[in-house]
Amino acid sequence: MSEKKTDRRDFLFTATYAVGAVGVAATIWPMIDQMNPDASVKALASTEVDVSSVNPGKTITVLWRGKPVFIRRRTQDEIVEAKSVSLKDLKHPEKDEDRAKNPEWLVMLGVCTHLGCVPLDQKGDYNGWFCPCHGSHYDISGRIRKGPAPTNMEIPKYEFVNANTIKIG
Amino acid sequence: MSEHQYTPKSKFGKWFNDRLPLLTLANHLTDYPTPKNLNYWWTFGGILTFCLITQIVTGLVLAMHYIAHADMAFDSVEHIMRDVNYGWLIRYIHANGASMFFLAVYIHIFRSLFYGSYKAPREIIWIIGIIIYLLMMAAAFMGYVLPWGQMSFWGATVITNLFSAIPLVGEGIVTWLWGGYSVDNPTLTRFFTLHYLIPFLILGLVVLHIWALHVPGNNNPVGIDIQKPSKDTVPFHPYIVIKDGFALLMFMIVFAFFVFYTPNILGHADNYIEANPLVTPAHIVPEWYLLPFYAILRSVPDKLLGVIAMLSAIFILAALPWLDTSKIRSAVFRPLYRQFYWILVADVLILGYVGAMPAEGLYLLIARVATAYYFLHFLVVLPILGFKEKTLPIPLSITEPILGGSPNLAAAKNKESLNIK
Repeated sequence: MSEKKTDRRDFLFTATYAVGAVGVAATIWPMIDQMNPDASVKALASTEVDVSSVNPGKTITVLWRGKPVFIRRRTQDEIVEAKSVSLKDLKHPEKDEDRAKNPEWLVMLGVCTHLGCVPLDQKGDYNGWFCPCHGSHYDISGRIRKGPAPTNMEIPKYEFVNANTIKIG
Repeated sequence: MSEHQYTPKSKFGKWFNDRLPLLTLANHLTDYPTPKNLNYWWTFGGILTFCLITQIVTGLVLAMHYIAHADMAFDSVEHIMRDVNYGWLIRYIHANGASMFFLAVYIHIFRSLFYGSYKAPREIIWIIGIIIYLLMMAAAFMGYVLPWGQMSFWGATVITNLFSAIPLVGEGIVTWLWGGYSVDNPTLTRFFTLHYLIPFLILGLVVLHIWALHVPGNNNPVGIDIQKPSKDTVPFHPYIVIKDGFALLMFMIVFAFFVFYTPNILGHADNYIEANPLVTPAHIVPEWYLLPFYAILRSVPDKLLGVIAMLSAIFILAALPWLDTSKIRSAVFRPLYRQFYWILVADVLILGYVGAMPAEGLYLLIARVATAYYFLHFLVVLPILGFKEKTLPIPLSITEPILGGSPNLAAAKNKESLNIK
């Protein structure tokens, strides 16, 4: 076969392939997207928690979107300790003020940012949380201090509906 | 395929074979010329086929009684154990069968490493084998999630979270894998579907694995190319069939020992506690066959690099035919490689041991050294060894060292004219 310049047929082939590719992609997408969270899962997006019975120095764990959320009522000593940490000592520098709007209440996802285990309360080298899976230590503000976890424990979106009720999500 | 043309004896056989040459295939498999010096390390291919069939058959039966729902999965497994006729037996065969499958596959892989079976012209067989091994790990992991115990749940959480190490899209991928914001019912149902599918993918790849094997034929302990058929070969049936069958019986004794005497020794007691998303077990450990890779994951202090190191440890095997630069296949004639081979075996066993221990102190140090050595073996030792090593003279045929005296090169060369026929 000799060298040929593009003719009408080449154009038709290319156009057919292009339309075919779009069609295949449009067919595959629903097959992939069906695995994403469905409407019933998304509907459980927020939870209201009554925290009136939580005393200072105690943590409660509630389930939100299938994940544990730690709500800790911190003591005065703990607040002072959390605020006194220098940002230079932190792997993921965040001020305590930015993590706990109301310093008495720390609300965060109880999920280790390494591989998703639930850290244990009041354990580890920094008086905060300790993840038993791969040994990450968090401080009383939930910030990573030692171990393989890359970031601080996540703070979910939450607000105080009234003095005794926290709405997460 | 067979050199000679095969003609079925019966008239119907001939009529059928002309339309679908199944009898030609059967004849090829029966007469297939096999090196006569294959030792018992070569019987694990047949044993692995047995393991796969066992897992598929017991799995199909279990699926008739199991319920893939987060609220019912745990109870349905107990229902299988207590109520279903012989349910305890079938489940214990399936659960221990996974461990037996991996035991056999590790022996099979290390046999290839010792005798250089991955080298030209068998690279494709080797790579298909690595893909099968990867699929086995995926199937085993998802199968372990199905009973919905504590180890199931938290193992699934930890392993799926490995993907969150991927920059930018990681979190999105994990949510997509879960079908929610945590491991939950949607995760369980899709894992069940995939766990059901993967064995059949493996079955298809096993056919390709054997097909690719039958093109160059088996490697052998001497590691030399042989003429087929010749006096160096025997027909697959009955010689290899009997040998494989005997080895399979020995293997089944070990298998039955686990099933009947210590059916839970390879599992974790925590998995008899129903999944609880609020409590992580104190000590999460994967099944024994994944421990070396788990040790590599934990030995790297950075999340993304740890995941990369773990995956590289597996994928590096696929590059092995090109990393090993030696022209000699069998370690029998490679005195230095033979020593490094046993160091690698010890290294992997050490990784497995520290993978089961807490990641701290001395264990962490050992894990780091062993991880470094693992990569050193493949990336530095093997490429250099091929050029530096002084190998022993290889015989010209399988029968030559026995019938023709010493495997000395000079002596062998003198006999060259006699032996090649």
